[in-house]
Amino acid sequence: MANLATEFVGIKSPNPFWLASAPPTDKEYNVRRAFEAGWGGVVWKTLGEDGPPVVNVNGPRYGAVWGADRRLLGLNNIELITDRPLEVNLREIKAVKRDWPDRAMVVSLMVPCEEEAWKRILPLVEETGADGVELNFGCPHGMAERGMGSAVGQVPEYIEMVTRWCKANTRMPVIVKLTPNITDIRYPARAARKGGADAVSLINTINSITAVDLDTFSPEPSIDGKGTHGGYCGPAVKPIALNMVAEIARDPATAGLPISAIGGITTWRDAAEFLSMGAGTVQVCTAVMTYGFKIVEEMIEGLSLWMDEKGYASIDDFRGRAVPNVIDWQHLNLNYVTKARINPDLCIKCGRCYAACEDTSHQAISMSEDRVFEVKDEECVACNLCVNVCPVEGCITMERLAPGEVDPRTGQVVPAEPADWTVHPNNPAARAAE
Amino acid sequence: MANSPFTAGVVAGRLPPETLQENFSDIHPPFDAHEAAVAADRCYFCFDAPCMAACPTAIDIPMFIRQIQTGLPEAAARTIFEQNILGGMCARVCPTETLCEEACVRNEAEGQPVEIGRLQRYATDALMERGEHPFTRAAPTGRRVAVVGAGPAGLACAHRLAMHGHEVVIYDARPKAGGLNEYGIAAYKAPGGFASAEVEWLLKIGGITIENGKALGRDFTLEELRADFDAVFLAIGLAGVNALGLEGEERDNVLNAVDFIAELRQASDLASLPIGRDVVVIGGGMTAIDAAVQARLLGALNVTLVYRRGREKMAASVHEQELAAARGVHIITNARPVAVHGNGAVREVEFEYTVEEDGALKGTGETFRLAADQVFKAIGQRLEGVPEGLEISGGKIAVDAAGRTSLEGVWAGGDCASGGDDLTVTAVAEGRDAAEDIHAALS
Repeated sequence: MANLATEFVGIKSPNPFWLASAPPTDKEYNVRRAFEAGWGGVVWKTLGEDGPPVVNVNGPRYGAVWGADRRLLGLNNIELITDRPLEVNLREIKAVKRDWPDRAMVVSLMVPCEEEAWKRILPLVEETGADGVELNFGCPHGMAERGMGSAVGQVPEYIEMVTRWCKANTRMPVIVKLTPNITDIRYPARAARKGGADAVSLINTINSITAVDLDTFSPEPSIDGKGTHGGYCGPAVKPIALNMVAEIARDPATAGLPISAIGGITTWRDAAEFLSMGAGTVQVCTAVMTYGFKIVEEMIEGLSLWMDEKGYASIDDFRGRAVPNVIDWQHLNLNYVTKARINPDLCIKCGRCYAACEDTSHQAISMSEDRVFEVKDEECVACNLCVNVCPVEGCITMERLAPGEVDPRTGQVVPAEPADWTVHPNNPAARAAE
Repeated sequence: MANSPFTAGVVAGRLPPETLQENFSDIHPPFDAHEAAVAADRCYFCFDAPCMAACPTAIDIPMFIRQIQTGLPEAAARTIFEQNILGGMCARVCPTETLCEEACVRNEAEGQPVEIGRLQRYATDALMERGEHPFTRAAPTGRRVAVVGAGPAGLACAHRLAMHGHEVVIYDARPKAGGLNEYGIAAYKAPGGFASAEVEWLLKIGGITIENGKALGRDFTLEELRADFDAVFLAIGLAGVNALGLEGEERDNVLNAVDFIAELRQASDLASLPIGRDVVVIGGGMTAIDAAVQARLLGALNVTLVYRRGREKMAASVHEQELAAARGVHIITNARPVAVHGNGAVREVEFEYTVEEDGALKGTGETFRLAADQVFKAIGQRLEGVPEGLEISGGKIAVDAAGRTSLEGVWAGGDCASGGDDLTVTAVAEGRDAAEDIHAALS
């Protein structure tokens, strides 16, 4: 059986499945239930400064996007950081960590952008026996209006500065949580590393409005007829998170910086993908908010079965394996020529491939009177749209033309040697051929 | 003591009223909004959709399902009604398993089609429950058209003509309009007075008058109609019922299945309907199935449906056969009736086993008898009361693709006309198309 034990910036956990800083980790009661269910660690919901606790709205905090059968595809929230007294949270963190010493206990923090504020809170967290802190530079709603959360995360210089303060004022590992609400994720990640961060975690939630009520014209979630942008998360955001993790993993300036991946992780498979993209742990929130803590059983079992099948004894055996395969477009092999192939035995004759290709693409699929669909190789550019719209998995595949074959579309022989845009004759900046 | 399924003879009230009510309630209860959303989500929005090609009225099925998906069942209904003004009834009675749902590509994918019929009902119910009529009538043309028969073909024709601004008078021999929708369909397929409500809703287009209790040949002639109107559409159905031609057929309690079905549909109190303990139904079509199943639902102890050829030749779909079997109807195939025995009333029916050789049916000489205190004959209907001068083809009024008969200014459609299956949906298509041709001829 594969070993799922993880050590992330010195923090040990029996498996890489952590709960992200969010409502599920706001209280001792929830966190104890999570640990009982098998979660490897938690990032406690963000603590703020001592003093009167923040207040939340008293109307809906969440909005959602659903599939037809109410499958939750995306969730957004306008909840703020913890609204419970600091002292209560600290006491509970200490009690839980004492009882669950083998689980990762990271505490998320968000205090004003002044060194004194961070100096005040860090020793209090240290005193609980927590394993590390996560700096919440990501929360995109509410707190950002007060100069915290993503207001910090959107300014790389602030990230660097606050990270440095924290590193100077605690012995705990410092994880910097990044907001995706920026143009290039590499800049805040580089700033975190410059400031001395032990790791980054990403993504926080994405600015979003889930819907507009067409009777009241209020955005959703609606508070007395008005709404504000909230943070989007859940399965819908996974591709965005995966790309941002990949960008940091392959950026020479941040390569090797430990990453705790967050964003739509719902199954063991999602987790394995993020781990292969270089993440050291994964953090989950929406999936447990939808299905409860029990799903971690499927995640542990699934990851472990897959690793056994692949012969990976530990997570490090496959961690980061996908990173070198993420490259710039200009380096993609233009001599890799494929054609769509429709398997007539699997085809159910819906004609979606035909409609998609004929109306919106390259007119590369023919349709006979009796609804037999065939690819016209002389038109097919291998865009893959037919594969994507086909309701039958595996019915349409992309088959490679072997080197030496003639591509009927271009009339050119497929070369054996790879060649990318940097050497293409149409590229004015192409290097001269030998 | 009250009657029960075991009570001998033909008696009423074999089952308690609440059981009867349950037995004759909606066979396929309507979808609620969530069920409809989930069912609609299964539609692939096929290109040049096979379901649409399989629908005799060519309803744009993927489009109406997409409209349901986007939360507009009323818009979906409009899409349906543009092609089929009786889309509400068709959603209930169409043998979808041999039409749109048989063609659904989901059958190939997973053996389970999109539930098109139930989705159609969800959409049409939504609009009809609002009591709104989705179409407006064109400016009056001053042209007048007579329609004979207020069944699906006649109603569809009249509605389309009225939409085009013509004035329509429908004559029907029965006391209520609707034809087989009102008198000829199993009660559990269209409960709650749906057929008459649908007629009332259809008439909201305006410009249509219905004259009930007026029979062609008895109260008026085709020649009079041709003289008084600009065009005539005949939708007189098949009024004659085929006889067995057997010794003893005249015995008491040997009845036409269509009469039993009509009586049941019109009954205000199901507990007052007498039904036999041992019921034999002869025939293999939808009428036979409807009669047999309803006999069981009324409390008959033993209901046997006997068909002279093999099961694969039965006009009733496999789905209908399974429905009958699930309701406890015993189906015997390859047996033909040879005699009706009894003394005054029927006591037994004698059958002979058959084999089919090169399409010809032959008796094997081996016979058996079934106890029967009630027999329903359902071996087909035939054209009756056709005015002189109309060309007949294959026992039906000969029509061309547009519904034109051999007489100038006379069109025909529905079961009485040649071509097409004898289905509600086919009748609607024929009525609609004849109306378009009449409109073109009058314009």
